[in-house]
Amino acid sequence: MEFAFPEYNLRLMAPEIFLFLWALLIIAYDVLTKRKSETTAGYLALAGLMITGLILGFTGTGHGFGNMFVSDTAAKFFKIIFLGSAFMAIGSSFGIMREKIVNHRGEFYGLILFSTVGMMFLSSSNELLSLYIGLELTTIPLFVLAAFFKDDKLSVEAGIKYFIVGAFSSALLLYGISFLYGLSGTTDLVQMKINIAITHLTFQNIGVILILAIVLVVAGIGFKLSLPPFHQWVPDVYQGSPTPVAAFLSVGSKAAGLIAFAKIFVNGLFAFHHPDMAPNDWGRLVALLAVAAMILGNTVAIRQTNIKRMLGYSSIAQVGYIMIGIVAMNALGMAAMGFYIFAYMFANMGAFAAVAIVEDKTGSCEISTYSGLARTSPLLSATFAVFLLSLAGIPPLAGFMAKFYIFAAGIQAAQHDPGLYWMYWLVGIALLTTVFAIYYYANIIKQMYFAKEPSPHKVTYNFPALTVLLIGLAGLFVFGIYPEPVLHFASGIASSFGIIP
Amino acid sequence: MTDGSQVGVIFWFLSFVILISGFMVVSLKNIFYCALFLVLCLFSVAGIFILLEAEFLAAAQVLIYVGAVAILMIFAIMLTTDMASKEITQTNENVTVGVFVSVIFAISTILLIDKTSVWRYQDHDFSEGVTVTLGKLLMTKFMLPFELVSVLLLAAMIGAIVLARKERS
Repeated sequence: MEFAFPEYNLRLMAPEIFLFLWALLIIAYDVLTKRKSETTAGYLALAGLMITGLILGFTGTGHGFGNMFVSDTAAKFFKIIFLGSAFMAIGSSFGIMREKIVNHRGEFYGLILFSTVGMMFLSSSNELLSLYIGLELTTIPLFVLAAFFKDDKLSVEAGIKYFIVGAFSSALLLYGISFLYGLSGTTDLVQMKINIAITHLTFQNIGVILILAIVLVVAGIGFKLSLPPFHQWVPDVYQGSPTPVAAFLSVGSKAAGLIAFAKIFVNGLFAFHHPDMAPNDWGRLVALLAVAAMILGNTVAIRQTNIKRMLGYSSIAQVGYIMIGIVAMNALGMAAMGFYIFAYMFANMGAFAAVAIVEDKTGSCEISTYSGLARTSPLLSATFAVFLLSLAGIPPLAGFMAKFYIFAAGIQAAQHDPGLYWMYWLVGIALLTTVFAIYYYANIIKQMYFAKEPSPHKVTYNFPALTVLLIGLAGLFVFGIYPEPVLHFASGIASSFGIIP
Repeated sequence: MTDGSQVGVIFWFLSFVILISGFMVVSLKNIFYCALFLVLCLFSVAGIFILLEAEFLAAAQVLIYVGAVAILMIFAIMLTTDMASKEITQTNENVTVGVFVSVIFAISTILLIDKTSVWRYQDHDFSEGVTVTLGKLLMTKFMLPFELVSVLLLAAMIGAIVLARKERS
């Protein structure tokens, strides 16, 4: 058996390598200055993310480490989302850093950057082994970050819950991956696609064993994506963990789960997305989970009194919408999925930044705290209202365009293929649940603007948090009115997954 | 390879030990005994690996799971006050649902694997021996995940230090 050293193409990996070294630098800096720096570690982290973004802009496309590492449009698009959500999470963390994270500032930012590096490797992985390790590198720092307030019971509870659920879901995913490997004899996703198809044709039918692999992988990644019935950890973990970490969990970690899901299913199990392939048809299974996510997330969110729990349930519902793009499996669906997570990043990171600003002032995340806030803190209330309206999908914000493209992709899939007629139902349910969503998002806006008494609190802004608010606001308006450039970029995701428009 | 019937006897014996000790791990009330049964369970899994001619996996299983993980657990139990002698119930109100789901999952998995004949594991060439082939693959084809694991371990180590360290006031 001959072994050839693969061509490394390390320059494709420049952003990841830089960010990894930068994370080490931040930790070392914080320790060497005897943890006296108040905000320097945070600013260093922000600068590192910006430089990484610049390097990413100059990185070409191609393959490295044989076929292990791929730099294509899908990878680059998602890397921008990971860097953006890490940037906005760190930007909204300056308030808690002054008071609560006194002894471990360097580690806090270092671990966020480590997690981002994991996400970036995950989005560039072209085979199951490095995909799995990328996913682990994403989640293991997040376990620690969720439990970062060690003397806060809720935070420790969040950390332990997330750890147990995360470890369990990794085991399920790994078990599913082992079946995929057993059926295809390879971990390379493209080779797997070919091998499984050949097996399927040679034996007439691959048999029901594939459904076991599909269920296990859906469950494993479903935990990360918080698709029902794997969503129970979400509200508790979001409520307990530090607000910037919850924000990062809700966007960065979800985008990572999404790209992992798309890589395995859209790319690797391309052929098994159709009712003709029953029972190995993963399309209807995922559609069912998406329906559950939209209904459950949007209805349970109405009853919440804690804003972080409410945003947690809202994020469950949002994943349901995104899954429509994946189930549609056409070029528009892939582009819509990319655009949706892009718009969702601005809205959700912005909303969590607003929550963090209020929490820094009042120490509370109850929705009642927001009562009458518009009269004392007009800027915060106005931006928060915009973020919530975008999450609800009100024009002219980016969230509306995102929902529009997703629904259009679903309808296009249904029209194109009579076997996918149930996509009409999926889009119909999605439209219906959007109405529920407007109700609970508007409820907070009502609290802020139409309360009888003005709020006793007046929030104060620190510069990075204010920047995050303004970035979110600008992103939602600019890409809501002029979505073409992002959509054009996102349409490259489809060809990365081998879908011809 | 010895003849088939002997291998069968050893396999059934090891499986029996794995099942019994695994059940003990999740049902005994004393956590120290649970840890000891976990060691037995992991040792028997290493035996199964040897039966499958995967010597490297067997050695790794013993070194990592028995030598490091389980022993570390026993140390943690012994260093925690009162832990070794405490009686703890391992079940809560969800035990019925949990057992039901696990049994259904186990039965359906066994049935599905039993009915499948399309595995492609035999495509690989192990003429140089498993360990040599594995080492070469890790250093060539699978170098990226192999190197990534070190980043993962570093992140886990930093995280563990952050969580375990006593805070200065």
